[in-house]
Amino acid sequence: MKIYIDHAATTPCDKQVVEAMIPYFTDAFGNADSQHFFGRETAKAVADARQSIAQNIGCKPNELYFTASGTESDNWALKGVALRRKSKGNHVIVSCIEHHAVLSSAQWLEKQGFKVTYLPVDSQGIVQPAELEKVIDDQTILVSVMYVNNEVGTIQPIAELAQIAHKHGAVFHSDCVQAMPYINVDVNQLGADLVSFSAHKFYGPKGVGALYIKNGLKIDKLVCGGGQERSQRGGTSNTPAIVGMAKALEIAKAEMQQNNQHIQVLCNHFVERVEKEIPFVRYNGNKQRCVPSIANFSFEFVEGEGILMLMDFNGIAVSSGSACSSGSLDPSHVLLAMGVPIEVSHGSIRFSFGKHNTMEEVDYTVDKLKETIARLREMSPLFNAKTGGTYNV
Amino acid sequence: MYNQKVLDAFANPKNVGVIENADGEGTVGNATCGDIMKITLKIVDDVIVDAKFQTFGCAAAIATSSTATQMVIGMTVEEALKVTNAKVVEELEGLPPQKIHCSVLAEEAIKKAIEDYRGKKNNTPVDKSKVDFV
Repeated sequence: MKIYIDHAATTPCDKQVVEAMIPYFTDAFGNADSQHFFGRETAKAVADARQSIAQNIGCKPNELYFTASGTESDNWALKGVALRRKSKGNHVIVSCIEHHAVLSSAQWLEKQGFKVTYLPVDSQGIVQPAELEKVIDDQTILVSVMYVNNEVGTIQPIAELAQIAHKHGAVFHSDCVQAMPYINVDVNQLGADLVSFSAHKFYGPKGVGALYIKNGLKIDKLVCGGGQERSQRGGTSNTPAIVGMAKALEIAKAEMQQNNQHIQVLCNHFVERVEKEIPFVRYNGNKQRCVPSIANFSFEFVEGEGILMLMDFNGIAVSSGSACSSGSLDPSHVLLAMGVPIEVSHGSIRFSFGKHNTMEEVDYTVDKLKETIARLREMSPLFNAKTGGTYNV
Repeated sequence: MYNQKVLDAFANPKNVGVIENADGEGTVGNATCGDIMKITLKIVDDVIVDAKFQTFGCAAAIATSSTATQMVIGMTVEEALKVTNAKVVEELEGLPPQKIHCSVLAEEAIKKAIEDYRGKKNNTPVDKSKVDFV
């Protein structure tokens, strides 16, 4: 049995999406910039995809730029805005729970002489608008806060934050990569000037993302090259991936309500069982303000990599917030920012459910999780010191 | 990222537990760093006849604990003191570079347990409380 509970990492490409993409690898393979028939054919496919995505996120087609990933979109937004607006100020604000695509870009900006402020979050992983009010000033040129956090699934008050940024003359960017396919992302409702997306998070192909840039806002280029994307982002259009992204978003919109309901039932059941059946667990996040798909738990006295690997031996794929798996030794910056004690954060696992998961899979996962945690705790000197080696104390 | 030998050692660790009335006990590491290792030894006439471990830590920490206890059983304490982290890693046929520190913990825990044994023998118990239990 193979069970995939890591949809925040990536999702399987929908078969209908793959079908929509296939002709653009072989038959309709032209370069969308070529003037001949082959080029015109793919240029039309790219234009149609742009039109469809724009309609689905509430923007104009000429406000949408295709990129190679959510990471590229985030890099472009932060670097492009900051470099273009440096004559207006040198202060950039990002939340401390951003994805590394934003955090590393912010650190790069610091090296270029920008001052970066990292907004704190509350203990449930939500950025409080009052915190932005405290640190924003007339030197602030850019504020970037993600819509949905990738580790704990919390939904951030983007509209409020964008309003505060605008009141102070700053540009507002939101990394919305984890919001789709669970939330209907409408750039007008969000009030953001720039928004990043990535297709593989919503059952689309990998290697394609997009950046919404509000009309009238000028930002510097990141990828220099030919005249693609209205000369703002060089590189031959990845036609199959762009077509796939549009198709994936259409499906996501059509299935959203039904899928959310299904995933919510699974995730609620999972959370209830874990909290009831496994002692010494801590739910990380905010159960009311989160996407239906993500549940992040810390299991005290054990370390996340061991959990991940034993679950993997059982055919269950989950993600460890713990450092050990990623090569760095620091535990999750998101959990630490939420005030989770460092030794507890080491034993954290993100479970992210998807539309293809079943209740049987969820129950099997909890059963194996119970065994895994008990087995690792049996080996843990911390657990034995705390409990004498048994739950029945 | 782990080789099969490390995976096997992690999946089926040997010598898990605590020896009652152990002749030597060593606990090293701390919870903040994400690694704690406790090794207990049964020693007869300066020969290690049994060794057990408890470990809070990643797969490499558990694999090296298990392997280190297997290596020292049957050794004299003098021989066991020469079990370096490099030898534990060699026994496991290698660890990823960022995991080498886990093997250092195994070496240190054994050394500390032997120190404890020698301290007890000379009637001067050493401080065993150098761990932050949180």
